[in-house]
Amino acid sequence: MNPMLVFASRNNKEIVRDRLNLMFGIGFPVVLLLLLSAIQANVPVPMFEINQLTPGIAVFGLSFISLFSGMLISKDRSSSFLLRLFSSPLTSTNYIMGYTVPLIPMAIGQIVVCFIVAAILGLSINLHILMTILVLLPTVILFIGIGLLAGSLLSDKQVSGVCGALLTNLSAWLSNTWFDVRLVGGWFEKLAYALPFARAVEAGRAALAGDYAAIFPHLWIVIGYAVIVMLVAILVFRRRMNGDQA
Amino acid sequence: MTATIAVQTNLLTKTYGTKTAVDALNLTIYEGELFALLGVNGAGKTTTIKMLSCLVAPTSGDATLLGDSIVTNPQAVKAKINVSPQETAVARNLTVRENLELIAGIYGSDLKTAREKAKEMISTFSLEEVADAKAKTLSGGMQRRLSIGMALITDPKILFLDEPTLGLDVLARRELWAAIEKLKGRITIILTTHYMEEASALSDRIGIMAKGRLKAAGTADELMQLAGTNNFEDAFVALATNTEVISR
Repeated sequence: MNPMLVFASRNNKEIVRDRLNLMFGIGFPVVLLLLLSAIQANVPVPMFEINQLTPGIAVFGLSFISLFSGMLISKDRSSSFLLRLFSSPLTSTNYIMGYTVPLIPMAIGQIVVCFIVAAILGLSINLHILMTILVLLPTVILFIGIGLLAGSLLSDKQVSGVCGALLTNLSAWLSNTWFDVRLVGGWFEKLAYALPFARAVEAGRAALAGDYAAIFPHLWIVIGYAVIVMLVAILVFRRRMNGDQA
Repeated sequence: MTATIAVQTNLLTKTYGTKTAVDALNLTIYEGELFALLGVNGAGKTTTIKMLSCLVAPTSGDATLLGDSIVTNPQAVKAKINVSPQETAVARNLTVRENLELIAGIYGSDLKTAREKAKEMISTFSLEEVADAKAKTLSGGMQRRLSIGMALITDPKILFLDEPTLGLDVLARRELWAAIEKLKGRITIILTTHYMEEASALSDRIGIMAKGRLKAAGTADELMQLAGTNNFEDAFVALATNTEVISR
């Protein structure tokens, strides 16, 4: 058996068996999609049209992936489970891949669920949906990286605060999903577009509309953030691994 | 016949800023021996274990485990050892069987071998009734037995047990002692504890640590003789509080 796959399989089981987290992670974005669509049906708001709303909710839902990965790693640290594994012949690459790999299909599954619900709510099914999922992949890596970083640095209670409250709020407020950040303008708009959340949503919306040229430069910024966050997360994790405090 | 050396430390030292956690430790442990590192909290026992198991790099000095250096060849050391950490380090949402198979798999066993080894450990540590229960549902004593089983499933040459009975009630502690007793002679075991009774009941030899230094090492009888006392607790107090290193 490949040790990395053995470890990845364990991580997958740990997350999937935590039913409450899983239900919340998948259920909450779906409820929001249904709720905002209901609002749109009664009081039409262009932003809440299903083709605008779905990429936003998909990006928002990914913040729960950060929560899952962050909580798992911080719990492994606090329970000394990670300490036990650090004395095994597993390499740092094995750990990082082992924590990352199971979350990718989980995140894609979450996005797919969002699109299935959106399709039921009237989103036209076409190849652009596939393109949107592809465009959202760097965002998946970004959110997994945030979880890896938070889990390597913080306690499980702190992860729950940072990823469960702060990140979900940041990815909601600054994502251009709930309201148009241009209406607020000023520093708020600048901040929103300096961070990757609104960029990820814009790239997703462009892909879903079939306007592939408009995916950029938003996607580049998301990719840049994903690469930087993942690299920092790997460095911090390796430091933990080789350092004096696991 | 000369006994084979399993662990040899050479001025092994660990400092954290200005604090010296382990100070120039010189220690020899022989193959098949159960060696206890005894000391109060903060004596440097866990840091010693962490260095020997390649979890923390020494600030200076070195140690060889069955010929391999923890500084220059930690991967070779890691392949020969296993650790049961102080806290119960189990995967909470995995069953007892899955936890054991996980560790066997991580150390390279194929699925069939991992299953066989897991079955053997379940039997060795009397975990049959809870084999398919999630680890988080087990009692503290059972979790510790599982934790040691997870350390043993890889057939380590040297096993580190860091405070194995910490926080357990008397019955659970006695059960765990019985399990550890069964391992004596088969592999080299280094355990840390701050329970005098545990050290004297289980160990072939005991090293007394205080303030990062090894104050004395020997059998319980030798240590009592060294301290000039009739009971082991008095011997520990005398040796641990002595400002000089009495014996190495």
